[in-house]
Amino acid sequence: MSTTKDKKQSSIWSVITASSMGTLIEWYDFYIFGSLAVVLSTKFFPSDNPTAAFLSTLATFAAGFIVRPFGALFFGRLGDLIGRKYTFMVTLLLMGGATFVIGCVPSFETIGYAAPVIVLIMRLLQGLALGGEYGGAATYVAEHSPKGQRGFWTSWIQTTATVGLFISLLVILLTRTMLSPEEFDAWGWRIPFWVSILMVYVSYLIRKNMSESPAFTKTKSEGKISKNPLKESFGNKLNLKFVLLALFGATMGQGVIWYTGQFYAMSYLERVMSISPEQVISILVTALFFGTPFFILFGWLSDKIGRKTVMMTGMLVAILAYRPIYEKMYQTANIANKVEILDKAEFKAEFKDVNGVQDSVYTAHRYFEDGTYLKETKIVHLVNGVAKVVDGKRAEVKSKVVEVSSSDRWKLTLLVFIQVLFVTMVYGPIAAFLVELFPVNIRYTSMSLPYHIGNGIFGGLLPAISTYFVTNAQSNGKEDFYLEGLWYPIIIGAICFVIGMIYITQKMTSRYTE
Amino acid sequence: MNAIKKILGIVWILLALVAGWWLIGFAGPKLTSGTQDGMVFGIIILFVLMPLIVLGLVVFGYYALLGEYHQEE
Repeated sequence: MSTTKDKKQSSIWSVITASSMGTLIEWYDFYIFGSLAVVLSTKFFPSDNPTAAFLSTLATFAAGFIVRPFGALFFGRLGDLIGRKYTFMVTLLLMGGATFVIGCVPSFETIGYAAPVIVLIMRLLQGLALGGEYGGAATYVAEHSPKGQRGFWTSWIQTTATVGLFISLLVILLTRTMLSPEEFDAWGWRIPFWVSILMVYVSYLIRKNMSESPAFTKTKSEGKISKNPLKESFGNKLNLKFVLLALFGATMGQGVIWYTGQFYAMSYLERVMSISPEQVISILVTALFFGTPFFILFGWLSDKIGRKTVMMTGMLVAILAYRPIYEKMYQTANIANKVEILDKAEFKAEFKDVNGVQDSVYTAHRYFEDGTYLKETKIVHLVNGVAKVVDGKRAEVKSKVVEVSSSDRWKLTLLVFIQVLFVTMVYGPIAAFLVELFPVNIRYTSMSLPYHIGNGIFGGLLPAISTYFVTNAQSNGKEDFYLEGLWYPIIIGAICFVIGMIYITQKMTSRYTE
Repeated sequence: MNAIKKILGIVWILLALVAGWWLIGFAGPKLTSGTQDGMVFGIIILFVLMPLIVLGLVVFGYYALLGEYHQEE
């Protein structure tokens, strides 16, 4: 008896390892492109070339937002027709291949327009693959899970997006540490892309030996496979109403909370608070490291007290807590609250001549009693020794970098960690919730689309929309401009919370337990 | 509860229309902003996000109004 139980346990762990590792690698592949965007733009998308810059914008927006839902439809359909295992093997290889190719493409300088075009195509393939991967892995694990434990087992898949981001930041940090800035810029940035192919190969070997999901095999043997999963999923009112409910009552809110906690927090620290990129990465990596186990905890808890309770609590707490959290974050690094050591301040003014363009550069190094350091730079562009005037204003660029003290860094880490906790509450149980909402024969297709619209579109657009709100409020002279970007996740989250609370029932979340 | 679900169906339909109107006002100027980032962003808001919200919420509200979400109780 115990041997059978042990065998089952070991088999589910193999399923988790095979599925999670592949999904993690896909997230890793997807994130390194974003994390290395600055380097990639200099190699493939020079900003002084309008066509290349346009391709760059397309690569940024299109792959993350538009292509992912198409990947969900294409591979979801395939997964419901030929099986989960083969489909998510294809997505894994597609993602790995595309990532490796990006790491090998010669620069714009060497092969001209072919370089950005190839990179754009590869980025679109990455988006397609990601759109197909998640639904397959979540469905595959859920269909292997023992009854009443789906939340716990699928939560391992839920950790992969965060761990993928964590590893991508770590690999980039390690590569940067091991190489000089010149070496990294010349060829070192390619290493994180090449590393991917090794991981994909190992994951492929593990996945190759896995068996098809029992629920799909049973459905197939009974001849109940859907002939047209797309039509049955979205052309049939009985199923479409649940697709819409999953989107507006769960994934839309979950998407904005996920993106706020992990990506907006990062861009807020860097752009609004001007914290140095190294400190931002260390804050985020620490918060993610301590936050990740909570995906498992909340996944497990959703098996005990219900998916809806856990997800809706997370959503409500997040929308109520965002403004106080971001206010605290902003004030923690706000130099207006700190006492400056005036004796230590250093100011420097110099002329720089780069390729015949003259600049007047002013630098200030300021130190504060609590250990905070601030570097302010103002570059004034000159013409014949006089400040250049564009549209009646002096052409100048101002920038500042804050390095917070150790205690402030821990405070900020705690505040980001709390946001990661919200992410784990709404994201931990979502795979189990989506899987149980749809029948086996159209599950892959039906669950993938609301997931990728909620996360890719509602969540993916968050950094751009929120940054726009902040910039707009700042130029209008609003005092608390730094909190304006939160209206997007708060409003979307609140609508989703109301819909979820009223229309999702506990019974509904366990409609299909097979 | 069923009555609230039904009445809220009208709210979702109205919300869809308000969101559509607001998104047009938000993204419209971006199309003519002259920057490529702004243009692509505007296109995505107008042709991807807006139809999704408007069509999706209208259909969702319509189903709620029809009582489609009652059956599961």
